Amino acid sequence: MHELGIVTHVAKTLDEVAEENRITKIGSVTLQIGEVSGIINDYFVDCWDYFKKKHPVLQEAVMKIEIIPAVTYCEDCRSEYETVKYGKICPHCKSERTYLIQGNECTIKEIEAETEE
Amino acid sequence: MKVIELHKSVTDSNDRDADRLRAEMKKAGVLLINLMSSPGSGKTTLLGATIKGMPDTRIAVLEADIDSAVDAEKIASWGARAIQVHTDGMCHMDAGMTREGLEGMGYEGVDLAVLENIGNLICPAEFDTGAGLNVMILSITEGDDKPLKYPLMFETSDALVISKIDALPYFNFDMEKCIERARRLNPDIKVFPLSAKTGEGMQAWTDYLHQEIRNWRENS
Repeated sequence: MHELGIVTHVAKTLDEVAEENRITKIGSVTLQIGEVSGIINDYFVDCWDYFKKKHPVLQEAVMKIEIIPAVTYCEDCRSEYETVKYGKICPHCKSERTYLIQGNECTIKEIEAETEE
Repeated sequence: MKVIELHKSVTDSNDRDADRLRAEMKKAGVLLINLMSSPGSGKTTLLGATIKGMPDTRIAVLEADIDSAVDAEKIASWGARAIQVHTDGMCHMDAGMTREGLEGMGYEGVDLAVLENIGNLICPAEFDTGAGLNVMILSITEGDDKPLKYPLMFETSDALVISKIDALPYFNFDMEKCIERARRLNPDIKVFPLSAKTGEGMQAWTDYLHQEIRNWRENS
């Protein structure tokens, strides 16, 4: 499953962060997920709750998700539009010369953590 | 508890691992290719024809699958070194798994190592495996609209093999349109229409691989 693969990468990154910052416990993790990143949030949280138990520092970490809306830019008429509603073709000038400017993210924004004294 | 801002991409640790693996392979003089496609596009068949078409090149193959060892057994029977890697349900290979596979198989004396990634056009494109060259296969039976549906795969590939061209008379596959769509996403992509079955187009493909192996070694 796609989500589980990504969860393993998040956990690995957080283990490294915990070591670097002498963190003893992570209380929450905030992830920014793009609307068209292909990640299904419900599955993602389920995978997280299953997988976090394997990592002592993450055991109590709650996963919080912020959605980043997908926006596409049109090179011909230089306008921006909602990707999910209109797709690849610009609704203003019908051009196909468009590209995604945001909405494909999968970023660990911040964590709440307890550190060693 | 205190808040620590990270703003780290989820693929961050993998990207660093991939860069390390690429440097190791460069030092060893082994070109690692990440071969990606959907299931049934003819990856293993193309590898068989490639092994036959490059008799002086020492080729090793990492077969990544969710389960079974049928592909690795086939490759080994064609005279190349092969190892089967199971991802246990995961839909893509990452740099760590690729390194484990390479080390398990051993790559000393190898000219060309091929990672046959999981059959899937989505997440293999998102995770850097540490390969020196990304190649995707699109078989003509899948349709010429695939660049529209899986843009990232076409954007991240250095080369596109369009396979099964011997079946072109039986399918409504528009070769020109497909190549134009792929080039719109990735103007530098090299395109190789071929048939591993009849051998048509294989020479251009193996010439390209020979050249890429030379480039990889010259710049090391």
